[in-house]
Amino acid sequence: MQYLNSEATTYSDKVVRQFSIMAVVWGVVGMLMGVIIAAQLVWPELNLGLEWTTFGRLRPLHTNAVIFAFGGSTLFATSYYVVQRTCQVSLFWPKLAAFTFWGWQVVIVAAAISLPLGFTTGKEYAELEWPIDLLIAIVWVSYAIVFFGTIGTRKVKHIYVANWFFASMIIAVALLHIVNSAEVPASLMKSYPVYAGVQDAMVQWWYGHNAVGFFLTAGFLGIMYYFVPKQAERPVYSYSLSIVHFWALIFTYMWAGPHHLHYTALPDWTQSLGMVFSLILLAPSWGGMINGMMTLSGAWHKLRTDPILRFLIVSLSFYGMSTFEGPMMAIKTVNSLSHYTDWTVGHVHSGALGWVGLVSMGALYYMVPRLFGQKQMHSMKAIELHFWLATIGIVLYISALWISGVMEGLMWRAINLDGTLTYTFVESVKAKHPYYIIRLLGGLLYLSGMLIMLWNVLKTATSGQSAVAQIPAVTAHA
Amino acid sequence: MDILFLLIPLSVVLVLLILAGLWWAINTGQFEEIEAEGERILHDD
Repeated sequence: MQYLNSEATTYSDKVVRQFSIMAVVWGVVGMLMGVIIAAQLVWPELNLGLEWTTFGRLRPLHTNAVIFAFGGSTLFATSYYVVQRTCQVSLFWPKLAAFTFWGWQVVIVAAAISLPLGFTTGKEYAELEWPIDLLIAIVWVSYAIVFFGTIGTRKVKHIYVANWFFASMIIAVALLHIVNSAEVPASLMKSYPVYAGVQDAMVQWWYGHNAVGFFLTAGFLGIMYYFVPKQAERPVYSYSLSIVHFWALIFTYMWAGPHHLHYTALPDWTQSLGMVFSLILLAPSWGGMINGMMTLSGAWHKLRTDPILRFLIVSLSFYGMSTFEGPMMAIKTVNSLSHYTDWTVGHVHSGALGWVGLVSMGALYYMVPRLFGQKQMHSMKAIELHFWLATIGIVLYISALWISGVMEGLMWRAINLDGTLTYTFVESVKAKHPYYIIRLLGGLLYLSGMLIMLWNVLKTATSGQSAVAQIPAVTAHA
Repeated sequence: MDILFLLIPLSVVLVLLILAGLWWAINTGQFEEIEAEGERILHDD
């Protein structure tokens, strides 16, 4: 049978180049937003007294920019790169792939304009209003057609494990987005959700946690399973374990969401179910983490000389750390201390900065020189510097928020002998001030690393030229 | 909590779909000689 991509002799990498460059650009923008709002928490005057620049409007801009603009562009770039090379076939429908690029950029720009103007659904990580939601759905379905079309027309029988992770991410995100964004438009930029009250909360965190599980975990595990072996030049430690990791993770993820709603109007049994599933998740998560790390077994010395490999392996250690911390925080008794405190914010950032951020940067540093026909990045020294800035930044960030989080949790529950509260709320806010300064410093370091990366990537791209990668002759295996 | 009447069946359907995927993968021989598959990506470009 003839397919659109049957005759292609080269990979379609233009869209990969576009997404890779924009991932770095949006990374800078999103992290800058993060630094600005971190500074606003230290010095509230920095909201400039303008409604458009208040914390409440810039915070969703920060989360949308880092998750969907930086993380999303990275996922598009890496999945398009990986699926072509592991299936040894060009993208199924290059024009539709080009549409996913431009469509996704329009979504991002629309978010960057509408959020500061105050248009929001108020649903965390799903703030965008209904016209933008529709565009997201169209782009995402196009992405699915390109990705699954490429898998369907593959020239290699076996579907590499990374593609399973990307595929589950694409299907799950489509489902989550459509169910959670079910809303009734009231005007061009205003809608009401079809769910109300605790029902809405349940759907929201079913969405929210699975967005973390599939967008920020499964997708980036796909990245890990391709780029760690490639950069280490060794096959993954146990390929069988990677298969078990995949199936175990996707079977257990869906019901962890209720741990975001402990001690709320949600039925008790649903909360306990969420807690149990969260604890079970520790097993596949650590299986995958160990599998990725042990890929270096016998080649640990490479970490001394290869800063890109260091990004990838340290990202796995943060993955292990936050997938241990997460289940612990999902235990109801622990949650009664941690919930609503900075500990949660610190936990999210150890996953976001440590796992998602570092693994993305490692993968981008691997791809960019190859996409632009260069042997390596313009400056390896700059990658080294970026690595240390990022790592020190993360450590400052999360340890500051551990301390301030546990501290405020303890202050809120401290009770005098006569049963009155020991501290007023504002006393706990005041006590956090020094830790907010340390958090800001950590964020600044992380952002400066990203700026160095932008410079390095632009230098590499402009001194090289768009590389044309030939599809190798199909091996006898297929 | 009427919403659970939507979310639980949805999750069950999803689990059945995942099972179908696993079933397909096993029966079409996706998991034969798999350690060699981990090796192959190192030689694909």
